[in-house]
Amino acid sequence: MAITFNVNGEPREVDVDPNTPLLWVLRDELGLTGTKFGCGVAQCGACTVFVDGMPQRSCVTPVELINGSDITTIEGVEGPEASAIQKAWVEIDVPQCGYCQSGQIMSAVALLRDISDPTDEDIDGAMTGNICRCATYVRIRQAIKNAAAELKG
Amino acid sequence: MTTVANDVLSDITNVSRRAFTLGLGASVFVLAAGLKPSFGADGQAYGGDAMPHGLKEDPLVFLSVAEDGTVSIICHRSEMGQGIRTSLPMVMADELDADWSRVKIVQAPGDEPTYGNQNTDGSRSMRHHFQPARRMGAAARRMLEEAAAKTWNVPVEEVEAVNHEVIHKATGRKLGYGALAKSAAEMSVPPREKISLKKPSQFRYIGKGKIGLVDNFDITTGRAKYGIDTRFDDMLYAVIVRPPVYGGKVAKFDATEALKVPGVVKVVELESPPPPSEFQPLGGIAVIASNTWAAIQGRDKLDITWDHGPNASYSTDIYHADMRATAQKPGKVVRSYGDVDAAMKTAAKRITADYYIPHHAHGTIEPPAAVARIVDGKCDVWGPLQDPQAARDRLVKLLGIAYEDVTVNVTLLGGGFGRKSKPDFALEAALLSKAVDGRPVKVTWTREDDLMHDYLNTTAVEHLEAGLDADGKPVAWLHRSVAPSITSIFKPGVKYEAPFELGMGLVDVPLDVPNLRVENGEAEAHTRIGWFRSVTNVPHAFAIQSFVAELATAAGRDPKDYLLELIGPPRRITLKLPELKTDDPWWNYGEHPETYAIDTGRLRRVTEVVAQASKWGRELPKGRGLGIAAHRSFVTYTAAVVEVEVDGGGRITIPRVDIAVDCGPQINPERIRSQMEGAVIQGVSLATVSNITFRDGQVEQTNFDGFELTRIDAAPREIHVHLVAPDETYEEPLGGVGEPGVPPIAPALVNAVFAATGKRLRELPIRDQMAS
Repeated sequence: MAITFNVNGEPREVDVDPNTPLLWVLRDELGLTGTKFGCGVAQCGACTVFVDGMPQRSCVTPVELINGSDITTIEGVEGPEASAIQKAWVEIDVPQCGYCQSGQIMSAVALLRDISDPTDEDIDGAMTGNICRCATYVRIRQAIKNAAAELKG
Repeated sequence: MTTVANDVLSDITNVSRRAFTLGLGASVFVLAAGLKPSFGADGQAYGGDAMPHGLKEDPLVFLSVAEDGTVSIICHRSEMGQGIRTSLPMVMADELDADWSRVKIVQAPGDEPTYGNQNTDGSRSMRHHFQPARRMGAAARRMLEEAAAKTWNVPVEEVEAVNHEVIHKATGRKLGYGALAKSAAEMSVPPREKISLKKPSQFRYIGKGKIGLVDNFDITTGRAKYGIDTRFDDMLYAVIVRPPVYGGKVAKFDATEALKVPGVVKVVELESPPPPSEFQPLGGIAVIASNTWAAIQGRDKLDITWDHGPNASYSTDIYHADMRATAQKPGKVVRSYGDVDAAMKTAAKRITADYYIPHHAHGTIEPPAAVARIVDGKCDVWGPLQDPQAARDRLVKLLGIAYEDVTVNVTLLGGGFGRKSKPDFALEAALLSKAVDGRPVKVTWTREDDLMHDYLNTTAVEHLEAGLDADGKPVAWLHRSVAPSITSIFKPGVKYEAPFELGMGLVDVPLDVPNLRVENGEAEAHTRIGWFRSVTNVPHAFAIQSFVAELATAAGRDPKDYLLELIGPPRRITLKLPELKTDDPWWNYGEHPETYAIDTGRLRRVTEVVAQASKWGRELPKGRGLGIAAHRSFVTYTAAVVEVEVDGGGRITIPRVDIAVDCGPQINPERIRSQMEGAVIQGVSLATVSNITFRDGQVEQTNFDGFELTRIDAAPREIHVHLVAPDETYEEPLGGVGEPGVPPIAPALVNAVFAATGKRLRELPIRDQMAS
């Protein structure tokens, strides 16, 4: 079944089993491997993308449900929040292995778009769905705060 | 036509395509002749020299300078978050006096005869390769200087390499490294005695912590390529259902329904080798499809009858009880001095405790995954491999092709922690590529596959007994450890732990007690046991450091003061036979027993530093407590203070952790800090929420809902890392960094819970024991 949607601003059409999770369409069909597979059951957050601006776990999002939607992945995320988050991540060396960081960054960008000056509780609420096995959490928290401060100017 | 869509791969191809190699055509034997490996008086090799294929320190292999001045540095160790792709090239670049912005990192394929040992495990990369990396950088700097001196026809002593150019001070002439590349290539590699290393005051990058991770941009923009991201245009995708019980195999199967799933191309039965399975694939049924999802759907439709084999009765509850029973009986004595039994009899007080630690999974967020293809009898593999040579050696055997015809390309690793030291998943990819006439096949392990078929950290019961005198000081110490051994994956019938397992904080317990005996009780493995970050240091440190705190309580003493008293005065300990009763001499992480003797002064120092930094002894509100623990592992010294808060419902939060580390010279301090931060939280995870249990031979936790990991909300809110350096000369031996942060955390945490609540917890994880 042909399904059409935009990915990072570009129109795409795929002909796959409509139940295929968006994750595998992005990775296997479209070659966008920045979105990561971690668990397949929305437990780890590594596959987080934006669907019409809202963060979603692409590993449990059947592609048929996003017909006509705008998808943003780590490769295409942009805007002031994204720039601030990516910069803050690099500045204090948040990543260790880096594998989960696509999902962490997407969740963090979504948080800052929602709450410009998040408290620790806001950060917990937005980021608890993203596991980092290297456990870079202390730096993730700090980088979000740094990015928020930069956006405030 | 196969095209490669992978930046890492294009880097790798550069290894054999570099246009200008420094010293092209010069003899490598000049340098080799200058090498003096660190051998002991007995001729025994230690450290990097004792590893398979040893150390290679040939700048012609590791460094090249292009005419545009780009310096390419090969990283032959695998990057899994420890930052080695940054730190090791940084060392070479520093000695080369290269401008870091003009350095390009090239990842080496698995080729130990060329690069020396590549097994990225055991917290060894910087420990073994720091000095060789320095010497290579310095040798290349000398060659550039010689080339410039020759060009200008001046003595080499008059020129100096500074920040990517060579300068002749007397005349002010300068030549960039790029301009010198060709002529430097004609210089011979200087012998070791002609290489002059920088003084630490001259370091540009080493010890400074100003270099960010080389992969940061790629990681934060989704461009970084891990093994699972490897793609080819004509690639097929596979998942495998493996025998649910270790040692099991397929009795019969029906693939009719699986083959009806659109996209499924082929179903392949893989042989299940009988245990011990070593690093071999577990066998099972593979479904090969045009995409991962189709392969997973096809796999769900397989109808398989299993022969579960001899481990079908492995159940955690029973095994735990058995280990506990074994721990009450005398075991094999592995270290003994004094007379423990006599001292116990006359002791004023006897304290006994048993500690339990369950299996623990690696849970790398990138699950095992690899791509293989076979073209014209040559096999290429891409994967997140900690030990690419292990993969290569086994691929040669598995496929029956020549060593030269197997290429193992190392991608970034999305976490390793010891799991990816075992290349079973890369071998699976090769078998499946062979099954489809050599087409590239990617094998992806789902999370369920990963947790059900890991090489788990061992499970252990640690039995401790101590006799205290009237002052509360121990006069006798008995430790009996029972745990299935990693060596059970290599040979049948293993019942005892190997010297390397006993040597991780058990026989090398550095306490000052007059009578001591350490025993090892029998335990047989019924699943694959493997290295997990810090390995058996985890149960050993948990038990010993919990027990020390229990003794302090019994003696009515402050735990920190009591711990320091038990560590005793500063001294250097070298374990020797016959006090040590293992088959082999003291393992000591493969390091020289004198150079790397146990230094109780350093253990004291980290303990004192962390106590002071955490304001040990401060008043805390009700429900809060501090716990302390210290441990030596991977020839590094760490001590931690954990602060916990326990609410009325038994819910634990961790406001703060302090950890002090003495790993000798600090090469990239910021990476040491980040390794400690991660290790602290992994320690919290295994102490509080994570475990793997078995029922009827099968793992009960199939995803992250069952195998829980600490998330940001439960992670310590603050982690303070205190780096303790012994000196600034950079000549002291280096300790490990990747693993030593983990062992002190679990005991410090349960000691803190005791301080907060009066509740002594001796089994991990503590999650379900807090409510009552």
